[in-house]
Amino acid sequence: MKAYVPVLLLIVFVIANAVMIIGLSHLLTRRRPTPEKQTPYESGVPPLGDARERFSIKFSMVAMLFIIFDIETVFMIPWGVAYRELSCGVPLVHGGCPTGQLSFFGLSEMLVFIGILFAGYVYVWKKGALQWD
Amino acid sequence: MIGGAAPVWAAPVWAVPVWGLVQLADPQQPPGPAAFFSFLDVSLVYTVVKLLIVFTVYMVGVALLTLAERKVSAWIQDRLGPNRVLKGWGQPLADGIKNFMKEESLPAAVNRPLFLLAPAMAFVPALVTWAVIPFGAPLPLPWGRMDLVLADLPIGYLFIVALSSLGVYGIVLAGWSSNNKYALLGGLRSSAQMISYEIALGMSIIPVLILSGDVTLGTIVQQQARGVWNALSLSVACLIFLIAAFAETNRLPFDLPEAESELIAGYHTEYSAMKFSLFFIAEYANMVTASALIVTLFFGGWTVPFWAAVNQPPWAWWKTVITLGAFLAKVLFFLFFYMWIRWTLPRFRYDQLMSLGWKVLLPTALAYIVIVAGATLGLDALGVRRGVGYGLCLFGLNVVLLLIVFFLVDRGRIVSPASARVRSAELTRLRAVRARSALAAGTGE
Repeated sequence: MKAYVPVLLLIVFVIANAVMIIGLSHLLTRRRPTPEKQTPYESGVPPLGDARERFSIKFSMVAMLFIIFDIETVFMIPWGVAYRELSCGVPLVHGGCPTGQLSFFGLSEMLVFIGILFAGYVYVWKKGALQWD
Repeated sequence: MIGGAAPVWAAPVWAVPVWGLVQLADPQQPPGPAAFFSFLDVSLVYTVVKLLIVFTVYMVGVALLTLAERKVSAWIQDRLGPNRVLKGWGQPLADGIKNFMKEESLPAAVNRPLFLLAPAMAFVPALVTWAVIPFGAPLPLPWGRMDLVLADLPIGYLFIVALSSLGVYGIVLAGWSSNNKYALLGGLRSSAQMISYEIALGMSIIPVLILSGDVTLGTIVQQQARGVWNALSLSVACLIFLIAAFAETNRLPFDLPEAESELIAGYHTEYSAMKFSLFFIAEYANMVTASALIVTLFFGGWTVPFWAAVNQPPWAWWKTVITLGAFLAKVLFFLFFYMWIRWTLPRFRYDQLMSLGWKVLLPTALAYIVIVAGATLGLDALGVRRGVGYGLCLFGLNVVLLLIVFFLVDRGRIVSPASARVRSAELTRLRAVRARSALAAGTGE
């Protein structure tokens, strides 16, 4: 727990800085709003309608695909860290595997996992979800 | 209260709920307020000193980077660049004062709470991420050893992944709350781009974890010091990470969220004065962190190559100075590399960006994980000892893989110019058409 105290301090310090910068510039500047200044800047053309309308479905599609593959990545991180232990039939000796004790357990498990997701990836590609135009 | 003998009544009132939370989160924590206050020792003083120094270096560094960016661009384009305020050196200061004094625009249609929150949301993760990156050899001091890393967390790299993905919130909120079509498009583009490349970024790191067997960045640095740099033993992962890091920081050639020829300024179109400045600081701070991360994960971190003595205990102040210098030199090189790329390459088209992320980098990273896992198993089976020889064997494999990727899989689709994609007969026909139309226009070629 003690290791996290510096991070907590840093987060508090940075948030305080952000608030201070925004607040200071708020105090230092004078605001003279005019109707023209308060319209959205769209290259000098008077804005037509609200900006918050429907947008392309592709962005939502990317978000959904992202979740699948990001979770895959998250599962792979502990596998990668434990890979040496997983590919050794007996406990490691001085960080190395005794001769003749290597096993394919770690590799085969991940191949099955990647294989299933790769099938999904090919399906998504063939369905055209990765196509952007 | 130092040393742990504090009486119970000395604990302030606020400490009681906090202490309860700590007990809940960590059952190994010895009970009692004295144990809770055990962090009030010399390491806390060290933490505050490191925090203030590195934060100051970051802010001043970012200010100088804005100047460096303009000077480098001037140098690349054969111009002078800023040279008026104190021969150019005072330019960041002048810009800072200007941004503090400028009128803040607050358009009528914005969502005010989110509009004010968004710059802070971009700024905070950008300046917190560096906390776990080690930047030098430990410094022995009379009061105890000072590790040159703010917090050597056991979760290490996971902390960086968690925080760097928070940065996208600031950008999306800025784009949405502005109620400006360009800003909204910039925010959407940015979120889609950042999450797409985050996958490649995350996957390119798995081979590094396979080799190091640990997520703490200190271990990854030490593992590279014992063998060879991961840039050699895992070149393909390094390449993927480098490309994804450019996309994550919204830098050219992937700066579509703020493509000025299409979207004015993208998500920060409606921002002015210091709120705009916060986005700017966040972008450059992200760039520094990304460079530091590339250096730490793939280029040996703070260690000096071919000089084992300086990377190992017993620690001394001169070792700290040298390793700190080595780290800064490597980070500065990558910062220059960022600028060099920015002023060299044109911007990607959005569909090209997406297909590069999803159809090229993702499957390459996935295949590379399997290849590295198989190769380490093979090398272990052959009885190669972990160390320099092991790294060089992997380097040989990487050279072969890079050749295969560039000359068999890529076949000039990405690396060579676009004209290489067209068959040569087609190219001749197209050139003839262009020459004819130029003749018809009466301009000649």
